[in-house]
Amino acid sequence: MNLKTERSLSSRLLLWLWVGLIVIAILALLTGRYPAPGFISPAQIAGDEMAARLLFNLRLPRLLTGMLLGMSLGAAGMVFQMLFGNPLVEPGFLGVSQGAAFGAAACIVFLGGSAVAVQAFAVLFALVGLVLSYTLARRIRYGGWVLRLVLAGITVSALFSAAVGLLKYLADPLSQLPEITFWLLGSLSAVTWPKFLSIMPIVLASLLVLFLFRWRINVLSLGDETAFSLGTAPRRERLMLLGVAVLATAAVISIAGIVSWVGLIVPHFSRRLFGSDGRLALPGAILLGGIFSVFCDALSRSLLPGEIPLGILTALFGAIAFLALMTTQQFRVPR
Amino acid sequence: MSIPILTFHDVSFHYPTNHHQVLAGLNLEVEAGAVTAILGPNGAGKTTLLSLALGWLKPDCGQILLNGHPLTSFSRRQLGQWMALVPQDEHIAFEYSVLEYSLLGRTPYLHPLEMPAEVDYQQTLAALERVGMADRAEKSVLKLSGGERQLVLLARTLAQQPKLILMDEPTAHLDLGNKKKLLDLIRALTEEGVSILLTTHEPDFAAAAATSLVLMSEGRVLEAGPLEKVFTSENIARLYRSPVRVIDLDGQKLVTWASKP
Repeated sequence: MNLKTERSLSSRLLLWLWVGLIVIAILALLTGRYPAPGFISPAQIAGDEMAARLLFNLRLPRLLTGMLLGMSLGAAGMVFQMLFGNPLVEPGFLGVSQGAAFGAAACIVFLGGSAVAVQAFAVLFALVGLVLSYTLARRIRYGGWVLRLVLAGITVSALFSAAVGLLKYLADPLSQLPEITFWLLGSLSAVTWPKFLSIMPIVLASLLVLFLFRWRINVLSLGDETAFSLGTAPRRERLMLLGVAVLATAAVISIAGIVSWVGLIVPHFSRRLFGSDGRLALPGAILLGGIFSVFCDALSRSLLPGEIPLGILTALFGAIAFLALMTTQQFRVPR
Repeated sequence: MSIPILTFHDVSFHYPTNHHQVLAGLNLEVEAGAVTAILGPNGAGKTTLLSLALGWLKPDCGQILLNGHPLTSFSRRQLGQWMALVPQDEHIAFEYSVLEYSLLGRTPYLHPLEMPAEVDYQQTLAALERVGMADRAEKSVLKLSGGERQLVLLARTLAQQPKLILMDEPTAHLDLGNKKKLLDLIRALTEEGVSILLTTHEPDFAAAAATSLVLMSEGRVLEAGPLEKVFTSENIARLYRSPVRVIDLDGQKLVTWASKP
């Protein structure tokens, strides 16, 4: 039986992804528009104090945050898809993204929008979105638990996005509106060391928890009754893991804004490479997410003299990749 | 008589969304080490009974005992080690391989953060071997036929090594050959001391597989007891409200429609 060889092949692939992540991180660190558009060589950095400071104080925290962003969204996307038994779900689901957007916009319009306050409001309302969706799902008297959560998530997201629309209408078009729009498109341009350090512990802890449950999520991807018959507490365990995934997502969204498509597309690619078993697919999604967002962020700050919002690039590449995946590979969503 | 593996004592149940009582004061004893088949028309409450036996649904009133102890006194993991469910059909959203999927049967023996070890793989491969699916261990479960998928479900159940197996219409997707395979497997399992409680819409299969029979209608037990006593033309006709005849062909009981009197 060649099971062992296949497993070791997959583990080797995972190792290559680590190498890929490190290589792309180094390249991204050396890419930019200083002193000229393109790469900066190590010799140049050694001879230019300004370049060294730029690399360490601006590019490095931004790079690390980008990595955490992609890793969190990739992992959360995989966990959401598995726990809902639905490959078309993403971490912004259940009112999380729209809740965060509403929190940030409300803070910008009503409270002046200091960075810390916007961040706190985004996290707060991301969690409010989750709690509202969950509470609503419990009250819906129709369909199975997953369907009820999906319906509740769609409703809560719609309510928040209507509220965001209203806030945009109320916002001062010269000062507040651009800020809201920029936040909604997602960007890492304002990342500093303190901001990175403020989310790092919670993001790493959440990723660790999700990673530890990488086999358990396989069982939880089955129906409620089946998962129960296999000795688990499906509702309690799903809720706990969803909470952790949302925490990681909310933390990165709070400083990067809404970066779409990463959480949807990355898990699909990971399953293509590693199969559906969470033991490999989840670490795969973490690493692929990191690679994808570091790549997109490097482009977003070096392609044009002005910065392209990260969310635009992830949506662009994500949608193209998704299209390619759907048309060239066998792709199916059962029933 | 030894302790029944499963006892329903005066159990009533209704779904929260509907006031209609699915089970109304149901009493039932499932003999250990035997195959008990539940027959009944659509909507008799057979599947609900299995969900209650599993502990997934909680009765409105009455008590359910597993091996003489209240179901509520078992932990979830203990329940998973005692009982396995073979559902009628299962929604699988991802392309797990047959092996990965059957391996999930080992869950009750693993701590939530524990990964399956070599021994779990061995158990699972042996289970796949037993249902004749070992050669397709690496195939995607989504690419299997309905019958093959049912066999993989059975393999997962065997990997779970339960003392009681609950099967919800196990023959629903099986062709004649696979039905025979299932029948042989059921007989072999009982010889190993495993108890089986199954529901079916096929009286012939029930007669071939079971040693005890339960006839259920509108949430109540109409008749229950040894197969020879309960499997009669009158009982089956009363159950389905349709004139039938039970014939004996070389010791095998078969049901046919009776020609109009």
